[in-house]
Amino acid sequence: MSDIITVKDLCLWYGSAQALKDININIPEHAITALIGPSGCGKSTFLKTLNRMNDLIPGVKITGEVRYAGQDIFAPGVDVNMLRKDIGMVFQKPNPFPMSVYDNIAYGPRTHGIKGKAKLDDIVERSLRDAAIWDEIKDRLKKNALGLSGGQQQRLCIARALAVEPQVLLMDEPTSALDPISTGKIEELASALKEKYTIVIVTHNMQQAVRISDQTAFFLLGELVEYGDTETIFSVPVDKRTEDYITGRFG
Amino acid sequence: MCLPMKKRQSKIDPVTGGSDIRPPVLWDSLMKKQAFENFIYGVFLLLGLITVGCVLLITVYLIISGIPAIREIGLFKFLFGKTWASTAKTPQFGILPFILTSIYGTAGAIALGVPIGFLTAVYLAKAAPPKVKAVVSAAVSVLAGIPSVVYGLVGMLVLVPGIRSIFHVPDGASLLAAIVVLAVMILPSIVNVSITALEAVPQEYEDASLALGATPTETYFRVSVPAARSGIAAAVVLGVGRAIGEAMAVMMVSGNVANMPSLFQSVRFLTTAVASEMSYSSGLQRQALFSIALVLYLFILLINAALNFFLKRSKEA
Repeated sequence: MSDIITVKDLCLWYGSAQALKDININIPEHAITALIGPSGCGKSTFLKTLNRMNDLIPGVKITGEVRYAGQDIFAPGVDVNMLRKDIGMVFQKPNPFPMSVYDNIAYGPRTHGIKGKAKLDDIVERSLRDAAIWDEIKDRLKKNALGLSGGQQQRLCIARALAVEPQVLLMDEPTSALDPISTGKIEELASALKEKYTIVIVTHNMQQAVRISDQTAFFLLGELVEYGDTETIFSVPVDKRTEDYITGRFG
Repeated sequence: MCLPMKKRQSKIDPVTGGSDIRPPVLWDSLMKKQAFENFIYGVFLLLGLITVGCVLLITVYLIISGIPAIREIGLFKFLFGKTWASTAKTPQFGILPFILTSIYGTAGAIALGVPIGFLTAVYLAKAAPPKVKAVVSAAVSVLAGIPSVVYGLVGMLVLVPGIRSIFHVPDGASLLAAIVVLAVMILPSIVNVSITALEAVPQEYEDASLALGATPTETYFRVSVPAARSGIAAAVVLGVGRAIGEAMAVMMVSGNVANMPSLFQSVRFLTTAVASEMSYSSGLQRQALFSIALVLYLFILLINAALNFFLKRSKEA
């Protein structure tokens, strides 16, 4: 498996507070990489660095190197909109636009210049099928997306992200606002999606990391403490701090 | 506040009910507090009723004093008569010129002021750097506080001669001048209400759009603005209300002649029709002025209903 994202000596500051310290990590494609760690450890910050969503926060300073498919994503001249098209994101709280299900899915493709009803119809159906929600809402495509349940909204958001044909899907605690059944559906979905996509998922739920991820990275206080096969991390962690965290001694 | 307390009191009988060990001093203080609460409640109610009373009084007064002239002239002749000659030997009281002038003037002000105000609001709410935002917001607030007579004065001294020389018309005091002044006057309402609506759009919507690879501008216009559309509609309606009710500034720049509206002609609005003749009017003429006020009032009620509708929708959204 080749690495789709490589990160070298990544540091990030919010003003004068350092949130990420010398992160080195390679993320393989067509796999699920879980980022775990206590609140405020920098895992979400790291995730948002990968599609440069941190650019939007004033006072952020970043050093080091992040390469996506071999390209430095911070190089001048990088089209950040194309980067975000390639590296999609699903947020913690389901955030469908206050418009119809159809328009939610079609938003991304339309943004990238796709016109024509037949084409968009195709994309909408394919995306909703990929997100395993087509059968549930195919009769409600014209209804407002805010009327869906939380779990359906989150799968809709996944479908919306898939509609622009990304390579990588970043998921920022996608199930933390959902009930267990919806959580199960999203986990199943994530496992199915890794055939086509690379997934990086931030999670607070260690069982979730065990259930679905291939690699796990443990963050603590802005540092990447340990990174490796999920099985290894959870059975024979090398670092004492990792062991303490996964056995529930803190966090 | 005090109603639940009343209920609580009625459940516990001070003599038999409640508890015997309750110290009487506490009970007394509760009674005192409650009496005070009731008193304050009464004061609030009274103050609220003053406003309602004023509205009722004005409504009733306008209807009573506006109806007789309409009866005498005839509703159709009054509303759709094209000639207003209140002091002629055989006076004519057709207010269609005023109605149309008010509608055209307001529509023109909206057509001119809304795009400017709306785009300003989008810029300030979403794109402007903090320092620029502070300066422009302060300017908007000042604009909102300028008395209408000052707008009229500046319009008279700058706009009217300007229109005369640019368009080569004999007199610059015209519908166009009024439209421009009104457009500027409604800017603050439109900007402020639109900003509030745009800032209330959850950041998550915008994040989602940006994360899909949309540019900030695409995000503002395809996500933020649609999400804020009810609030923006309310801003427009508020602008309509301000424009249609304005008297002083338009009187000073519109020439105040009862012509059918035309862009470069002197015109008279519903408001200015009342204001300009009231001081020397008498008899049927005076009554007709009240009727004009009634018509204006109905317009305002309609606009208010629309405003409430949009505000309610934007709250629900």
